[in-house]
Amino acid sequence: MSDLPETIVILDGVEKAFGAVRALDGVNMLVSSGECLGIVGHNGAGKSTLMNILAGTQAPGAGSVSFNNNAGSDAGVRAHSVSEAHAQGVRCVFQELSLCPNLTVAENARIFHPGVKGWRWRRQASDLILDRLNEIFPGHGIQTDDLVGDLSIAKRQMVEIARAFTVVDTPLRLVILDEPTSSLDAVIAQQLLDQVRRFVGTGGSCILISHLLEEILDTSDRILVMRDGRVVDGRSAGAFTRQSLVEAMGSVAKDRDRKAARFASRRAAGEPLISTHPTGHKSGTKLDAYKGEIVGLAGLSGHGQTETLVRVFADLKKSGSDVALVAGDRQNDGVFPIWSICQNIGIGSLRGLLKHGLLDREAERNLAELWREKIAIRTPDVDNNILSLSGGNQQKALFARAFGSPAEIILMDDPMRGVDIGTKQEVYQMIREQAAAGRTFIWYTTEMDELHHCDHVYVFRNGTIAADLARDEVTEQKVLHASFEAAS
Amino acid sequence: MIARIVSPRVFRGLLPAFSLTVILIAIFYLQPRAMSYFGLNLLLNLALPIAFATLAQMCVITVNDLDLGIGAYVGFVACVSATWLNDQPAIGLLILAGCIVAYGALGALIHLRNLPSIVVTLGMSFFWLGLALLVLPTPGGKAPDWVRAIMTFKTPGVPMTIYAASAVALLVHFGLKRSAYGVVLRGVGGNPRSVERAGWSVLRAKVTMYALAGFFGVMSGISLIGLTTAADANIALRYTLLSIAGVILGGGEFVGGRISPIGAVLGAMTLTLAGSFLSFMRISPDWQIGAQGGILIVVLALRAIINRTEARQSR
Repeated sequence: MSDLPETIVILDGVEKAFGAVRALDGVNMLVSSGECLGIVGHNGAGKSTLMNILAGTQAPGAGSVSFNNNAGSDAGVRAHSVSEAHAQGVRCVFQELSLCPNLTVAENARIFHPGVKGWRWRRQASDLILDRLNEIFPGHGIQTDDLVGDLSIAKRQMVEIARAFTVVDTPLRLVILDEPTSSLDAVIAQQLLDQVRRFVGTGGSCILISHLLEEILDTSDRILVMRDGRVVDGRSAGAFTRQSLVEAMGSVAKDRDRKAARFASRRAAGEPLISTHPTGHKSGTKLDAYKGEIVGLAGLSGHGQTETLVRVFADLKKSGSDVALVAGDRQNDGVFPIWSICQNIGIGSLRGLLKHGLLDREAERNLAELWREKIAIRTPDVDNNILSLSGGNQQKALFARAFGSPAEIILMDDPMRGVDIGTKQEVYQMIREQAAAGRTFIWYTTEMDELHHCDHVYVFRNGTIAADLARDEVTEQKVLHASFEAAS
Repeated sequence: MIARIVSPRVFRGLLPAFSLTVILIAIFYLQPRAMSYFGLNLLLNLALPIAFATLAQMCVITVNDLDLGIGAYVGFVACVSATWLNDQPAIGLLILAGCIVAYGALGALIHLRNLPSIVVTLGMSFFWLGLALLVLPTPGGKAPDWVRAIMTFKTPGVPMTIYAASAVALLVHFGLKRSAYGVVLRGVGGNPRSVERAGWSVLRAKVTMYALAGFFGVMSGISLIGLTTAADANIALRYTLLSIAGVILGGGEFVGGRISPIGAVLGAMTLTLAGSFLSFMRISPDWQIGAQGGILIVVLALRAIINRTEARQSR
């Protein structure tokens, strides 16, 4: 390979917005051959969106992605599509598994490579993937005629990684690994990282995204830190330490002394309303919630917060408590898409709306009108279909459903996803008022700012509570540190 | 190695053949005279059209859709075959080719507009039924002589149905399970996003599968008319549910692109024989549909048990 590193891809001012949320806000980035570029950032910093744009699965809203072809041709090619990115030698191992579970390992390799065909394609695909598996993960124990659906998650991930490194007719220049080690054990993860170094050593390049900072620091040549859709720091890996990476990921310290001063714990007296271990554990720190408290659950997404919320919900229901859940995944778990706004709000408190055993339309309407007023749902008529509202207002209707119900305890599963800032402020205000009125909130959030509305914050890591912070102790540093503790 | 041979996956694959064997043995036990060329021919007479309809349904199920219009469609094809194809073969063939194109277009519509296939095909079933009534308002018509000749051809050894069904099953098995493009077609059922990310056109795959379904529907209608000699718009309405049952009985699943062409053909035969079996049992026709349902439940329960042992093993 050539000694001089060449540019593989340049991103220039790439932007991408999903509704009101700006996922990427002008990203500039350059990847050269023979380097491993690490990317770190908190949830929602825009890493996965960036990778989707590089892989061609999403189009950038603005800015350009240009690939530099080999052999001195400096004509940049804009990646419009997956096949173009593929032709440029870009491969991506996505965060969620993207194999076909109904096909065998060899057949999945064939899907990936249109060039594998003809009478002997089975043999060719089988050899292709097996060679890579043997090379990267010696002793993997995978047969190429195994159905992917029958393999364990770790083995599927290994197949997917090996598949990204297979070469048929297009050259392989850039491999993007988005959280590749999340389901691998330490030995296999190390095998993968060794492969990354080997690949980089032969002139290829890698983008490695991981929440395990040690992994990033050890494997990358250069590290970019992303925050709020921007690249906020980029230096060679040697110039970073664990400490400085965490600092770079957090936003500048904000003036919160005023709030902190007013904080008075409600925990001095009385029994907790809820006291439970995170799901799947019987020991360790307990999650407590007292009456009138707002309890925050923090940490990286997928570390057991939602599971714990759902479990707490089920337990409370079983014991007969009045409890409501505000879903974060609006489309799947929240709205009834063919119902009116009024019906969507009323469903939370049907028992209170009965008259002679039947639903009292008048009462349902009054309830909806009351909350439209209180929480400022922007609609001319509550009988309109729920989908006529903007995303943020749909979410308000879901809050109205919970607040309007007689529930004493309200669980919230990252409810502010994709909600604009104005709506957020209104809802924060509402939550504080409701808590002051004696309701208890358990609030899972992926947004750092929201934790400052909580009386107590539990930071989750790997399904356990890594830190237990009262409001006056909550700082971004502490939360990040607890979320990113060294991998065991 | 032995563990691989006796694995639940193999059992699951053998289940359709097992069900067919059990029902054949039961029939032979009840009625030993059925164990002859003539007997088998009578028993399996109607198996071929049902097998074709089942393969058509399987094509649609492969891409995670369901076709509730296949029965009416086969009826329409039968009506066209008994009229146009007999009187003016060129126009008849043209109409049938148009049917296949229409099915492909249906697939494109369902994919592009992201419509539920159940709704679209259910609507289409009334369309096909209406067309069939226009072509042939009262039962009648006449099967073309060449179709008649093929369907009543006496093959040596075993009846023609068995040869034809095996040939078709193997052909489709090769096309979908062994060929390079067949992998992509099944991949669309398993994980369409993954297929799309690899640069394949999901639209093209869906159109291909729907057009194939249209083709097998045409084959079903023509073979049916060769047996019955005359047509009727309502002749094949029950094929819709029979074909779905056949696919599931043959080891297929509603979603996820898990299908088996050979299993589907075996499933269709099992269902055909189940009717005769129940007659031999002297169960009145009023109860037969319920009893057929019972057979389905037994087979599916067996599969559920196998799947459960599989899940336990992998844990």
